[in-house]
Amino acid sequence: MSKTFGDVEAARDLDLRISPGEFLSFLGPSGCGKTTALRMLAGFEAPTRGDVLIDGQVVNQLEPHRRPVNMVFQSYALFPHLSVADNIGYGLRQRRPRLARSVIADKVERALETVRLSGFGKRRVWEMSGGQQQRVALARAIVNEPKLLLLDEPLAALDRKLRKEMQIELQDLQRQLGITFVLVTHDQEEALSLSDRICVMRAGRIVQVGSPQELYDCPASRYVADFVGNSNFFEGRIEEVDGALARLVTGGGQTLAGRASPGLAAGRDGCLSIRPEQIRIGSEPGPGCIEVTVQNRIFLGEHTEYLVRHGGLGNIIVLAPRQAEIGARGFEAGARAFLNWSDEAALILNPD
Amino acid sequence: MRFYALSVYLFLYTPIAIIALFSFNAGRHASQFQGFSTQWYGRALKNPFVMDALETSLLVALVSATLASVLGTLAAVGLQGIRGPARAVFDGIIYVAVMIPGIVIGIATLIALVTVFDVLNPWLATLWPAAGQPPSLSMGIGSLIAAHTMFTMALVIIIVRARLGSLEQALTEASADLYATPFGTFRQVTLPLIAPAILAGFLLSFTFSFDDFIIAFFVAGSETTLPIYVFSSIRRGVTPEINAIGTMVMVASLLLLIVAQLVLRRGQRR
Repeated sequence: MSKTFGDVEAARDLDLRISPGEFLSFLGPSGCGKTTALRMLAGFEAPTRGDVLIDGQVVNQLEPHRRPVNMVFQSYALFPHLSVADNIGYGLRQRRPRLARSVIADKVERALETVRLSGFGKRRVWEMSGGQQQRVALARAIVNEPKLLLLDEPLAALDRKLRKEMQIELQDLQRQLGITFVLVTHDQEEALSLSDRICVMRAGRIVQVGSPQELYDCPASRYVADFVGNSNFFEGRIEEVDGALARLVTGGGQTLAGRASPGLAAGRDGCLSIRPEQIRIGSEPGPGCIEVTVQNRIFLGEHTEYLVRHGGLGNIIVLAPRQAEIGARGFEAGARAFLNWSDEAALILNPD
Repeated sequence: MRFYALSVYLFLYTPIAIIALFSFNAGRHASQFQGFSTQWYGRALKNPFVMDALETSLLVALVSATLASVLGTLAAVGLQGIRGPARAVFDGIIYVAVMIPGIVIGIATLIALVTVFDVLNPWLATLWPAAGQPPSLSMGIGSLIAAHTMFTMALVIIIVRARLGSLEQALTEASADLYATPFGTFRQVTLPLIAPAILAGFLLSFTFSFDDFIIAFFVAGSETTLPIYVFSSIRRGVTPEINAIGTMVMVASLLLLIVAQLVLRRGQRR
């Protein structure tokens, strides 16, 4: 499906099948069309072209209030004039034929328990903290047992520690309820840790869909490699493609080998990606090692991050685990060091 | 600077203070203070003409403020859905309605109503069964209410629009997402949230209608509202009784305005 606002194409040729019970994330920078995709699922926007299907039924013309879909809004959008319990029961009270009052009260109570807010039902929403409001918003959606739960950057307003907690709770909740979750986020860490599958978007298009590990280990393009996790990139010309492996000659004349991503052709421009944690750093030269000068060292607790400089390849980021350094003081800025990595850890990609 | 500000306030409020002061005059002149007394308040409240005029004023204010609140709210909600140049035109018209001098509204309403009555009355006369006396439309309570409703509706629209504009769009979307029909959303979410603005609009409309002299003077016909009564009795000489009425009206209006402000502010805090 596609969506255009005036001359702006917000989403283009989105073709995606979401399986029941799945946790899927739309990941991309702001303005990439991920929120538009979500709003088309909720029914707030109608696709300009194409169809939205839920359980095999086209729902393009179905208004939001008729869709078996619920959404957790980025701003939570809790009703300020209603108590917590009345907020959560709102969707249940709209049902026709009407549900008995006691049934609604029971369901609301259970939803409050699920999000660990028992006893908060009578509170006013503005008396709650950000994290609690987040949970009320979640309870208000899941109490309706929707076929699809949409989450629009639900954790963006929380501080780091709370966000981590809520991520775990979200995952637990999804497994416990078996509802299909669709999350929109620009936070790659959040997408990686929560999702069964991630759909990476760029400028209104889907760039790659896959499990977190697939995206991390086998990004289809430099854009994905850069957006999902961190990576070093070396640009050059592809010299040879030999089955699963390829060789690339950089502008500085260095020949580097790595796994070949699909669609690679010799003679064209390419780009080698190597994750910082895949690079080993040592003080002794060895076969296949490159010599570098340490520029900077950042101590990160369990890791040490080095920024090193190589004559031909430029700046390289290396993430060294602590274990390798116990006893040693690591490399000071200005020190000489040697890097190596296995060819299988590197990936040669088509440039975007 | 401070002196300047002080003189502005003095200039503004001295006449009002004098009116309030002389309402407690024991003598019967409005310019010589002859000791403190509340007798004029008692007299004003016992005067059947005053009470009649008060009743008319209260009835007109109540009905026109209610009509203005209902119609104004509907208009404000309707305007919310209009975008583009049409919206700018509507916005302009509403502000113009507030800015037009009362005398223009008064004359315009008078001419418009008279024209309409001139067309309708012969019609009614021909349609009416021959036996009875045909009803004849003329100026009176009806025209007063109509004129005040038109004028104060613009106020309600402006106040309610401001409140609607500050409401988060996500709230109505959330309501729709939670299976509420458009009308259900209006009843359960929009209306409770704009209720303080509607109430403030009602109180303001009530005050404006209750205080209005100029428009009422043109369209009241044979009816006498309180401001019209005050105006006509001044021609027979100002007694402290007028001062007493003026002070009472002023205090009541002031109280209503303060309540309206409080209601609006409380609504905004949420």
